Amino acid sequence: MESAATAGRLNGVGSILARQGILIAFVLFMVGFAAFSDRFLSPENVTAVVRQAAIIGVMAIGVTVVVISGNLDLSVGSMLSFATVLVVDLHDQIGPGPAILVMFLATLVLGAANGFLVGVLRLNSLIVTLGMLSAIQGLTLIYTGGQNVDIADQESTWFAIFGRGHILGVATPILMFLGLAALMHVVLSSTPYGRRVYAVGGNPTAAVFSGIRRSRVVFSTYLISAFATGCAALILGSRVMGSQNNVGQGYELLVLAGVILGGTSLLGGSGNVLKTVVGVLILGFIQNGLLLLGFAYYVQWLVTWVVIILAVWLDIAAKRGRLLSPIA
Amino acid sequence: MRAALPAPLRWLTSNPIWGFVALVFVFFSVTTDHFFDVGNVSNILLQTSTIGLIALGMTLVMINGNIDLSVGATVALAASLAVDIQGWPVFADWGNWALAPAVISGLLAGVAVGALNGLIVWKTGVDAFIVTLGAMIGVRGIVFIYTGEQSFYAMNFAYSDFGASSVGPLPTLAALFLVAAVLVHILLSRTVHGRNTYAVGGNREAAVNAGIRVGPHMLVNFMIVGFFAALAGVALSTQMGASTPNLGREYELWTITAVVLGGTKLAGGSGTIVGTVGGVLAIGILRNGMNLMQVPAFYVLVILGLILIAVLFLDKQLNRRGAEELRT
Repeated sequence: MESAATAGRLNGVGSILARQGILIAFVLFMVGFAAFSDRFLSPENVTAVVRQAAIIGVMAIGVTVVVISGNLDLSVGSMLSFATVLVVDLHDQIGPGPAILVMFLATLVLGAANGFLVGVLRLNSLIVTLGMLSAIQGLTLIYTGGQNVDIADQESTWFAIFGRGHILGVATPILMFLGLAALMHVVLSSTPYGRRVYAVGGNPTAAVFSGIRRSRVVFSTYLISAFATGCAALILGSRVMGSQNNVGQGYELLVLAGVILGGTSLLGGSGNVLKTVVGVLILGFIQNGLLLLGFAYYVQWLVTWVVIILAVWLDIAAKRGRLLSPIA
Repeated sequence: MRAALPAPLRWLTSNPIWGFVALVFVFFSVTTDHFFDVGNVSNILLQTSTIGLIALGMTLVMINGNIDLSVGATVALAASLAVDIQGWPVFADWGNWALAPAVISGLLAGVAVGALNGLIVWKTGVDAFIVTLGAMIGVRGIVFIYTGEQSFYAMNFAYSDFGASSVGPLPTLAALFLVAAVLVHILLSRTVHGRNTYAVGGNREAAVNAGIRVGPHMLVNFMIVGFFAALAGVALSTQMGASTPNLGREYELWTITAVVLGGTKLAGGSGTIVGTVGGVLAIGILRNGMNLMQVPAFYVLVILGLILIAVLFLDKQLNRRGAEELRT
């Protein structure tokens, strides 16, 4: 509709191609991989990919909510390190239950700090969460004294359920990933709260005039992001049964790549948790497919580069109805 | 009242970071034995030269209203190329002249990455944050593929001798940083390109109407930051006499921190090299001074993160340009 109104160089087939480009590319990738590798579409392989993507995926769900409300969260990577180290270290000292509780509390406090600075004090989210990235990294190192942590009794602890276990025959990480996605999707698409998140990101001034408390909404999105990161830490800590203190380094940008690939605009106001799931899975399947085809591990990073830019470019091109930017 | 302030004080209100630099400088001079010492001061300049060089280029890009997240990966790319190529058998009988093609290829690679980023931003209209996020992942992938995940060692000692050399009391690399800072300062404050840099960042529409070709202009600034990131990579590898594929990780974050501390706005349109050098020195002095006070490096991360957020908060309080903004 939009592109018909601003009929530029893209119309008909071109527009459809541009709009659904990422899905088409995804299908082509899948067919291509499947044609060259028998194992690619086997249930075991697909399960393995989704399972591996779960950690990035769970975090990406939280970050999507932050981005829809018009902000960024770069602190999730070091928050993941912090939460994983905390839950693993406390596991042997106070038992798994209390350890999980303390971990979530501590993570939510950090999220609240982000939320207070960005939501209430109205500071730029990129810089605030960049500062928090560094600060939380420091906190983690202070806590561990630079040592790695691990769980002594890895065989009999029920903590193993999060990363290694199954519930109702489904691997727990997958269940947490898809469950959280479904929950957040319902919250965003069919509750007043969800509408407020979109409103605050789309047009903050209009949102405030219609009686939405912007600072509260922004504050809550950072709590959601922190909670999601806590869930990711459960999966990671339980799978590895130990943790290095920089385990989440660089995750913030991989997470953001998944969110962007899902078509969420960094300007805020638009986006969809289920599409984020697709974005994260695309990255996962590309990684897995390239490895199965025998490419060197790091080739996937090159492909990620191309895919991210193409995806966003086609999305923008479809919206403005022209392939190339009108910038002189 | 403002007009009554003496000139130095007025200068300080527009460059508050230098007040902070002076403050921490005096603080560490009084509290530690070896801080106020020619050797240590030139050491600080040497330690900050890497981040400093990148920050010079980043300032231009950020005044444009763009950002470059790929500088850390470019550091590693340039360093790996420069250290590897000087050992190529082709150049075996070139003696020290083998360093020339090596260093030049490193620098050209940086310019090429910048040109690619700039071209994509110009032609596709995709946000620089996303474009350079992609490049950061992709270029790091290229580095890992090129190096085969290996570190390279400079066999020619002239290379590492350069990194350890001095011009009078100043380490050569520190002098390089200071000279580059003066040049970029002149570029920004005395040339048409510099004036256009502010114009494009301040009001892109107006810049277009004034006949500035915004696309090519931004392209040039991306090439400049690519060049400086590569130069920083080469400089770092002369210091180490080696390169590792993980070199420069998180440098993009440190550089942006330094530039923002120096008063450059993320929205574009304002910022100075004088401020950026202040931001770079603030980080350098804090790290060095706290090191001398034997504060563990972990705490430095926390303190730097908090200072970044505090500066952002103070800046908002001091320049209440958004005072008419809706409060909620």
